[in-house]
Amino acid sequence: MEPIHTHISRQFNAELEDIRTRVLQMGGMVERQIERAIESLVKGDVNLGEAVIMDDTKVNAMEVSIDEECNQIIAKRQPAASDLRLVVAVIKTITDLERIGDEAEKIARMAVRLAQEERPKNNYLEIQALGNRVQQMLRDALNAFARLDATAAVHSAQEDIKVDQDYDGVMRQMITFMMEDPRTISRMLNVIWAARALERIGDHASNICEYVIYLVKGKDVRHISLEQIEKEVLGGKSS
Amino acid sequence: MSAVSPVPKISVRNLDFHYGKFHALKDINLDVAPREVTAFIGPSGCGKSTLLRVFNRMYALYPNQVATGEVLLDQQNILDRRQDLHHLRSRVGMVFQKPTPFPMSIYENIAFGVRLHERIKKGALDDRIEAALRQAALWDEVKDKLRQSGMRLSGGQQQRLCIARAIAVKPDVLLLDEPASALDPISTLKIEELIYELRQNYTIVIVTHNMQQAARVSDYTAFMYLGELVEFGITNKIFTNPSQKQTEDYITGRYG
Repeated sequence: MEPIHTHISRQFNAELEDIRTRVLQMGGMVERQIERAIESLVKGDVNLGEAVIMDDTKVNAMEVSIDEECNQIIAKRQPAASDLRLVVAVIKTITDLERIGDEAEKIARMAVRLAQEERPKNNYLEIQALGNRVQQMLRDALNAFARLDATAAVHSAQEDIKVDQDYDGVMRQMITFMMEDPRTISRMLNVIWAARALERIGDHASNICEYVIYLVKGKDVRHISLEQIEKEVLGGKSS
Repeated sequence: MSAVSPVPKISVRNLDFHYGKFHALKDINLDVAPREVTAFIGPSGCGKSTLLRVFNRMYALYPNQVATGEVLLDQQNILDRRQDLHHLRSRVGMVFQKPTPFPMSIYENIAFGVRLHERIKKGALDDRIEAALRQAALWDEVKDKLRQSGMRLSGGQQQRLCIARAIAVKPDVLLLDEPASALDPISTLKIEELIYELRQNYTIVIVTHNMQQAARVSDYTAFMYLGELVEFGITNKIFTNPSQKQTEDYITGRYG
């Protein structure tokens, strides 16, 4: 992790380092949740799916706890400039991480339902593929956060386009299956819900990338096009 | 470095200042916007108070202090030798860190300065004093004891009395040198609230060590270091995303 330049107040330094570390811990926890949720769906593992559902409370608790720590820092330290941006970026990032946790829980719920149904021949390969891409995207976003790397954040955000394409591919495939054999509709709807959850995770990871850009560059790049973000971050001063 | 648009109230151009051999201000250029609050921040000895004191030529009281360059107040160079200092100080009022009430009544504290600058009838003077005390948010607290000594007021009230005294002579510009640093938090908030009100009528320049205070009360912030103007810009930007690393280090407490 890129170190924070030293404050006169070492205590303040430690507090800022701590919230950064804990965001990355929460990120790791959420990554594991996604990974296990996908595994439970692909393997039809009910126990694993239920464990993921249970563990979502840990993710929620972590969000509340980091949020509290950020509030304390604001109340006691009145952070300014990059410190302020760090605290704001952390508060926003953990909200998205918590939502990702919820999506992982959703996938696990679908996995539990699907486990009771007939297995497809390809073992939900398409969900696995979409899942891999989304997991990689989130990993890159969290790495960009750890390294305070705006360029990496842009590249990771760009991946969301491919996630959306993969998701559209899954949708088309599912619609085809359902048209061919209407008896699969209820099962396929569960698969669609899981794919939808993965696509949403991509959106949340993309948000995290935007917070990293805000943190590093001091530019708010929400609600502008990817091309513009590229221009702002890669085109301007190097990071 | 002119972050300020239309016509500035004060324009500082290539200003250098020496205390004897010590070069206290180095080629300062900046514009102070009319009816806005401009804050000077920076570590002790950076020259921010010196710069403030140039604006009403307070330094002229001391020997061996020399300012070169230009300081234009409404386009007029106040560093000009022909500048009438008495007139200048009626246009540019100043309030200091420690409240400095005169050892006389609350009424006389304010009347004193007014009489110094103009001939005024008793009735008009009474009105002027009430208006000044109202603007300084002190009227309700002192209206029944105007004949009491100003020294008997609390520190925060004394400071507001000094602000009332400064605005009673109808200046254009108010210079505030650490106006709240000797006050408790509640009195400090009252002064900050007052600054917010006063900016509707006056151009205000404030020097403060309290960075959160600068962030709260000012529209523009200048960061100074070792006699140089490092960064000058809109306060909202300086405190969220400063351009200079030195500014960033100072406002986040990494300086030193």
